[in-house]
Amino acid sequence: MSNQKPNQMAHKIKKKLLSSREYIGVDQLDGPLVFVKKTHPVGYRELVECVDSTGHVRLGLVLDTSEDVVVVQVFEGTSGMSLPETRVRFMGEPLKLSVSKRMLGRVFNGLGQPVDGGPQPIGDLDLDVNGKPINPTAREYPRDFIQTGISVIDGMNTLIRGQKLPIFSGNGLPHNELAAQIARQARIKGEDTEFAVVFAAMGVKHDVARYFIQSFEETGVIDNVALFLSLADDPSIERLITPRCALTLAEHLAFNEDMHVLVIMTDMSNYCESLREISTLRGEIPSRKGYPGYLYSDLAELYERSGMLKGFKGSITQLPILTMPSDDISHPIPDLTGYITEGQIVFERDMNGRGIYPPVAGLPSLSRLMKDGIGENMTREDHPHLASQLFAAYSYVKDVRNLASVIGEEELTPLDHQYMEFGETFERIFISQHKGENRTIEQTLDLGWEALSLLPVEELHRVTEEEIETYYGRIAEKDYDRIGNTK
Amino acid sequence: MQYSTIERRKECKKEQKPNRNDEVRQTPSMEERIVGTVQRVNGPVVGAKGITNAVMLEMVRVGEMRIVGEIIKIKGSTAIVQVYEDTTGISPGENIYGSGMPMSVELGPGLIGTIYDGIQRPLESIYAMSQEYIERGINLPSLARDKTWDFIPASVSTGTIVREGEIIGTCQETSQILHKILVPPGIEGTLTYIAEEGSYTVTDVIAKVLPKVSNAAGGASKGAAPEEKELTMMQTWAIRKARPTAERLPLGKPLVSGQRVIDTLFPLAKGGTVVIPGGFGTGKTMIQHAIAKWCDADIIVYIGCGERGNEMTDVLTEFPKLIDPRTGQSLMNRTILIANTSNMPVSAREASIYTGVTLAEYYRDQGYDVAVMADSTSRWAEALRELSGRMEEMPAEEGFPAYLPTRIAEFYERAGYMRLLSGEEGSVSIIGAVSPPGGDFSEPVTQHTRRFVRCFWGLDRQLANARHYPAISWLESYSEYMEDLLPWWEQKLGFQREKDRTEMMELLHREVRLQQVVKLVGPDALPDSQRFIIEVCTVFKNAFLQQNAFDDIDRYSTLEKQTRMLALILLYWRRGQDAIKKGITIVRVRKMRALQDVIKMKFTIGNDQMELFDKLEARLERGFDQLESLYV
Ligand SMILES: Nc1ncnc2c1ncn2[C@@H]1O[C@H](COP(=O)(O)OP(=O)(O)O)[C@@H](O)[C@H]1O
Ligand SMILES: [Mg+2]
Repeated sequence: MSNQKPNQMAHKIKKKLLSSREYIGVDQLDGPLVFVKKTHPVGYRELVECVDSTGHVRLGLVLDTSEDVVVVQVFEGTSGMSLPETRVRFMGEPLKLSVSKRMLGRVFNGLGQPVDGGPQPIGDLDLDVNGKPINPTAREYPRDFIQTGISVIDGMNTLIRGQKLPIFSGNGLPHNELAAQIARQARIKGEDTEFAVVFAAMGVKHDVARYFIQSFEETGVIDNVALFLSLADDPSIERLITPRCALTLAEHLAFNEDMHVLVIMTDMSNYCESLREISTLRGEIPSRKGYPGYLYSDLAELYERSGMLKGFKGSITQLPILTMPSDDISHPIPDLTGYITEGQIVFERDMNGRGIYPPVAGLPSLSRLMKDGIGENMTREDHPHLASQLFAAYSYVKDVRNLASVIGEEELTPLDHQYMEFGETFERIFISQHKGENRTIEQTLDLGWEALSLLPVEELHRVTEEEIETYYGRIAEKDYDRIGNTK
Repeated sequence: MQYSTIERRKECKKEQKPNRNDEVRQTPSMEERIVGTVQRVNGPVVGAKGITNAVMLEMVRVGEMRIVGEIIKIKGSTAIVQVYEDTTGISPGENIYGSGMPMSVELGPGLIGTIYDGIQRPLESIYAMSQEYIERGINLPSLARDKTWDFIPASVSTGTIVREGEIIGTCQETSQILHKILVPPGIEGTLTYIAEEGSYTVTDVIAKVLPKVSNAAGGASKGAAPEEKELTMMQTWAIRKARPTAERLPLGKPLVSGQRVIDTLFPLAKGGTVVIPGGFGTGKTMIQHAIAKWCDADIIVYIGCGERGNEMTDVLTEFPKLIDPRTGQSLMNRTILIANTSNMPVSAREASIYTGVTLAEYYRDQGYDVAVMADSTSRWAEALRELSGRMEEMPAEEGFPAYLPTRIAEFYERAGYMRLLSGEEGSVSIIGAVSPPGGDFSEPVTQHTRRFVRCFWGLDRQLANARHYPAISWLESYSEYMEDLLPWWEQKLGFQREKDRTEMMELLHREVRLQQVVKLVGPDALPDSQRFIIEVCTVFKNAFLQQNAFDDIDRYSTLEKQTRMLALILLYWRRGQDAIKKGITIVRVRKMRALQDVIKMKFTIGNDQMELFDKLEARLERGFDQLESLYV
């Protein structure tokens, strides 16, 4: 910046000089934490290089600094390091990532170093991986509909360009398949801009990473994808940096290169566990389930790095994936995520068991940005009312099913029987679809009407007379073939 | 670090909007008084040593970046500073500069329509300096120094005594708000000068007062001869201290929100307090937005505390376009926004609540009814917890500090309907959202807040999942203001409304018990007369309680519309009951055409079309007449 005060400049220069100082020997090692005493004044969150006896350099970050002792968190862990032989350098600046468009099509580790055998891509800019808070007045409210080709998303939980919409899943559920399908099929209606994909893997298994790579390769989009992989066997602390590197690149692509970027981050639960690990080691007072009180703010630092900015063409859409520990949506990780993100796609194990893909639970799922991106001129004029009616009817189905499980199906009223039938049909023709099936928004909405037409018209309080006139009971007459839904 | 494409960005922006900042703003001169040095940095908590003449709660600037902080503990020559900006890069040994002032806000014309961060920095001016991202150490005045206002002196003449809180002049702040210039609290004396009508900036002197002798008026009073005080249109006030008033008055007027479930079932009083607890996605923010848009307060202070950035953007883009039905003016002309979103520094969240309520009190002191929305107070409590944890204080429940309840009580006590120092009346109402972890209302913030507020709108996950919005539970919620407001309702809307309301509430409670029976043995086990109770409650929920915030007609209902709607539903109940007694089956009653119109009346009958209710009522009566003539 040009308007820096002279003493501020002098201060910076002094810090730069001091960064060449090297401390030999550290005072304490505790898990991934290194304690160094009697240093020069070291800045909070400064980047640190620790060199072990073999000359291997590990990166770290200052977590706490005082005149007496500096606490450093080492991303690769401290195994193999010794007190007397470790050398430490404080770099005088935060961790930076050298970013450029050339990083697309490449694979990096969790710290942004290439691991695909290729050379370090030439960077255009060095950016602080922590980012900075976006001024809310600089934001552009997102309202462009993204067609994912998946009915339960497009019709009922619409994804908007610039939205952060997580998938709340569980172990063994097909969240990777859904994320990959979204990445393949996502389009803006009437445009053919493609999304660049930035993929951050945190603590996931090798085959998950391989699945995504393969899926990108098969559809030929791999050249538009940058992968940051911190896999299950990589040091757990590295995961704290991985999403930050990914988002730093995403910001560069979106706001300096005018690209639309889709960021997939999986698995946020592993990220949160690493955060808990550090917090516990430092003896901090936990809030719930041992997670630190600042988990909310820390997650917000990541999730809020999405959206659109006034006067910029690009955008960042986030699709974080998390596995809910024991499928519990009130667990701190999904709970705090839901408080920050703009909705959530929730998976239901029972639906998966019944063979429904995607197993998206109708009621707890929500897209908060949907309201401004659907309707006339965006999707179709009947969309808002149709979606609302489907939610209302499906929620009644849930009640009827509960009732039926107690009193037996025979005891239901004729109307309740109609609802049961609607529920079955809705799940079978609307929610269910093939993993390769890409439906247009019109097809999705028509399928919704087809299911609704099983209910008596007096039950439809949320749609207008005109919509009933145009669509109710009419869809079956329309002549089109439902792609991939032949069975 | 700047992007290489910065030039392009600037060009891009010039087309977008006029540069609001052509001349470089004068930054307020800062005292270069070193009061200590940094000893330790742990997140937003900075330990300081070598503390010389700093005082408790003094605002300070830390390090060469001059980031803002506040002294929150002093012990001997050491102190703890709570820092309101990111502390990355701050190192031990850096200087701490004193300001000689407590954390304060600037009060004067120009607040309305502005969006501030938690410590009252103007976010739009920061953006105009071409920053999409908020840099640290920015030091801009909260009220624009170059903007002029047309000041009109009140009928006060020099030589008379003026007292604190007295109105000495006015200026038109927005087309709808007349800003009253008040003698600041703590000042009383002879008016020696009052400016003539004309254009002045907020720093121009518009009056002078010679204080009464040896009156220890606040601020730095010197023992010697009183010095003449120069007054401007702007004053400052420490955010953690309530502004003085003459007297607290009993509450008796409702804060009409236009939301049916609120106004009809659980109303809030002007000067009252309410808490809205609810898990994520249950509709806290939407309710706050709806009230901010349609309630009958004069001024709205909306505090986005630790929540989403896009929600503030939403308000910023939507409010200017919406028209206040009472004044015909843009809603932004009565709104002040405080935005400290979840990715902005944690400790400024703690301050944002106080910043907001102080601005509200200032407009109250001008005789206005002000409504404060705080979304969400849980984030504020969590900020307290984080700071407390980093200071290694002993935690009480769930890691929250033991003083949490005291702080909550202090905050809500700043609401009230007051007789002002000027003799007029004004009010501050506080509507606080709470975000309980896991949606569990037994957690400390919900529980403690409940102790200190008199109205409770509990949001229900089941209702929200069924897309029944607003998801305010009619069984769990309550308003202790019902009684206080009764005379007002009866005078405005007659006696029938209260009877209808009570009858409806009774039906809702009977329905719960009937539903329990249905869950065990099925609906067929109930006689039609009892099934009809369930039916009427279903109609009431669909037709009345549910209110779609996105529908142009439904988004707010006048009290008259609410009363008519309730009356119609009860007409359906009474006539339907009779019909069933006469042997007509419930299925026939439900099939009536007019019932469909009753269910959709919220969407079809506008607030200015009360005559349509007469027609609908006649149709419903006719429907029943026909039914009875056919089947009896
Ligand atoms: N009155 C309403 N009308 C229509 N939709 C609503 C209403 N209230 C809430 N919603 C829906 O619920 C979603 C979540 O509401 P929000 O207020 O953001 O929840 P919270 O603040 O409790 O997390 C909104 O995005 C909207 O889709
Ligand atoms: Mg909210």
